[in-house]
Amino acid sequence: MARDETFGKVMEIIGRYAKNKDAIEGATEDTNILEDLKVNSARLVDVILDFEDEFDIEVDDEDADAVNTVGDAVTLIEAKLA
Amino acid sequence: MTGAALLPHQVLDLLPQREPFRFVDEILEVSKRHIVAHYTFPADLDFYRGHFPGNPVTPGVILLECIAQVGVVALGIYLVALEGGLEAVDSRLSLFADADVDFSGVVRPGDRVTVSAKKKFFRRGKLRSEAEMHLDDGTLVCSATISGIAVPRLNL
Repeated sequence: MARDETFGKVMEIIGRYAKNKDAIEGATEDTNILEDLKVNSARLVDVILDFEDEFDIEVDDEDADAVNTVGDAVTLIEAKLA
Repeated sequence: MTGAALLPHQVLDLLPQREPFRFVDEILEVSKRHIVAHYTFPADLDFYRGHFPGNPVTPGVILLECIAQVGVVALGIYLVALEGGLEAVDSRLSLFADADVDFSGVVRPGDRVTVSAKKKFFRRGKLRSEAEMHLDDGTLVCSATISGIAVPRLNL
């Protein structure tokens, strides 16, 4: 999958839980999921589970802990799919 | 740490919510997939005086709290104990995270309800359950998808 395609899918999933809808529009790989997009930390579990369903991958807790930015999520998913 | 499969009454003893904010009388069944519990709403609960004068109805938020205490907190205690034993239960507190709720009936003072909940997932300390509340005559009062997250007790 092309990286920008993964980015689009990742943003679609994160967008479901982001409270800052304005920040979704201009989000880049450097955008912080919790701080910039205002995703509730308890919702990160939902985000990870949605990644697993969407991309048919398994994300363990250690991998999930390393995800801070949108780019971190894209990199993790690309690595799982490779 | 060793995991422990708690009995229903042990889970009830560990439930941190106490009088006057405990809405669970008895846990009938608990497993890693589900839980069933009873609660009877005492007719003398203080909030009935105002909700509503002359026409007491149990507030929906209280019904939701009852469902949360069973389907998230009590089931969560069982699951945490299964993984990490009583020590793990003692070190954490379960807080409300999110819910999607439908109310379809009314609970009057003195009514007994049965709450049954099934685990949807338990990951990274977050438990999501699908739960229903019924009256003794079989009426469905409330159905909810409800989640809680376990946080370290000391960080509150």
